[in-house]
Amino acid sequence: MSDILGILPDLAEQTAIMLWMVALALVFGGVGGLVIGTGLYVTRRGGILQQSAVWWILNLLVNTFRPIPFIILLAALQPIGRAVVGSGIGTEYAIFAIAIAATFGIARIVEQNLVALPAGVIEAARATGASPWRIIRTVIIPETLGPLVLGFTFAVIAIVDMSAVAGLVGGEGLGNWAVTYGYRQFDEVVTWSALIAVVIVVQLIQALGNWLARRIMRR
Amino acid sequence: MAQHIVIDRVSKRFPPAKRGGEEIVAVDDVSLEIERGEIFGIIGYSGAGKSTLVRLINQLEPVSDGAITIGDVPISELRGRRLREQQTRIGMIFQRFNLLTSRTVAGNVAYPLEVTGVGRAERQRRVAELLEFVGLAGRADAYPEQLSGGQQQRVGIARALAANPQILLADEATSALDPETTAEVLDLLARVNRELGVTIVVITHEMEVITRIADRVAVMDAGRVVETGLTYDVFTCPQTDTAKRFVQTVVRALPAGDDLARLREQHEGRFFTISFTDEGVSEARVFSALAKAGVDFNLVHGGVDDIQGRVYGLLTIAVRGDAEAVAWALQGIGSGVTVEEQR
Repeated sequence: MSDILGILPDLAEQTAIMLWMVALALVFGGVGGLVIGTGLYVTRRGGILQQSAVWWILNLLVNTFRPIPFIILLAALQPIGRAVVGSGIGTEYAIFAIAIAATFGIARIVEQNLVALPAGVIEAARATGASPWRIIRTVIIPETLGPLVLGFTFAVIAIVDMSAVAGLVGGEGLGNWAVTYGYRQFDEVVTWSALIAVVIVVQLIQALGNWLARRIMRR
Repeated sequence: MAQHIVIDRVSKRFPPAKRGGEEIVAVDDVSLEIERGEIFGIIGYSGAGKSTLVRLINQLEPVSDGAITIGDVPISELRGRRLREQQTRIGMIFQRFNLLTSRTVAGNVAYPLEVTGVGRAERQRRVAELLEFVGLAGRADAYPEQLSGGQQQRVGIARALAANPQILLADEATSALDPETTAEVLDLLARVNRELGVTIVVITHEMEVITRIADRVAVMDAGRVVETGLTYDVFTCPQTDTAKRFVQTVVRALPAGDDLARLREQHEGRFFTISFTDEGVSEARVFSALAKAGVDFNLVHGGVDDIQGRVYGLLTIAVRGDAEAVAWALQGIGSGVTVEEQR
């Protein structure tokens, strides 16, 4: 068993790596998810850019990627990863794979929050002669921002979960550290300190998300 | 007065809700001409197609058949950017106000100005002016949920007027408001019409709204316009059953059915309904004529209404006495009234 003080530097480093992975995956997956989720919403029947072919393709993509268990997707995306980030292994590739998985997960979360927007506010904007793109920028996104922030917070926690299996492709982070130095070496101090670090990170993220959403929604 | 909005044989059909179901005809071959500067009311029960019709005027929905012309612009032919340009010239207010909750009052009112590309300084000036006009100066920084329903609708009106439209469409704009607030909002709309010369189309299922502000009215039923005319004429002399039913919601109308039976139990004598318009007849004259003739009478139902500042009376009286005296008394009221016996 390690003594707790001895592993603190490693714990801090691996936590930082995990946060880095999560942050990058959130940025790319968040933008991708926002675009695809908004795309699903505006192209659906009755949407401001109703376009059944586009909707059908986006819906198929989301439905195809979302149910794939992440550990399989992580293995399967290697060829694409080599083409896009130049490697099918390591932390960078893991970030790429997480961002892809997050994109489709977040797309659904975004879509679900947008459909809850009352149709009347969009109609009011259309009546002023606003273009669809303007309505997306000035009505759809701002009006749903509070719930979107909560949805993204939910997604961050799923991303933390995904980052833990990065070790499969040689990526680093708290998950890999806990498996390699904790689980495989029967070092429960390592395993448990990783677990506690994850719990604290997740609590902080959730608190931040709640605070932000409350501010946006003014309640 | 020149025609402002010409609706020419317009229909709107929606695809069936279920596969293999029947197509829904929301608006069925409607033609209307709305004059520049008037307040035009469209009344009908929910599902009569009036909300769909108003959405065809500003082309939130395309027509299935027919044509709509605004001034000399064939708006129902336009698409994309050219349509949106025309839409900036038509304001619209809604039953549920439809304000942006992410923006302040000022932000909401500024919205159409952003759409039309008005600069920041000019926007601020215009927003202040509009809020002053609707009586909400000082609430610029409030959020919609901090306002009452009537105040929110005032913001809606300010927003609808921001880009200086020539037309204002009001879709059940007072249906979510209490009677007092309704009156305030209607007075504001009348002021918009009077002071800014904006043509207003008011959609409602409430006859009070029509009688208070509309110059002319169209009655809709099952997608069709069944009756059109000056509000006073439709009100005092409705031609269709639908129009009659609406009129009865405001005038305490003719007693019928159980009401009539109950009144007969309470009052002896023959029942007559005396109706009169404002051409020199008043309630007082009716009563004094009857009193002078020396017959014993009782007012049992009805009253006098004010329609756009004009009088309309519908009085049902119970009269006791021999037939000759009664006939003499009723004749004594003179011209300008219609007397009908209720049997």
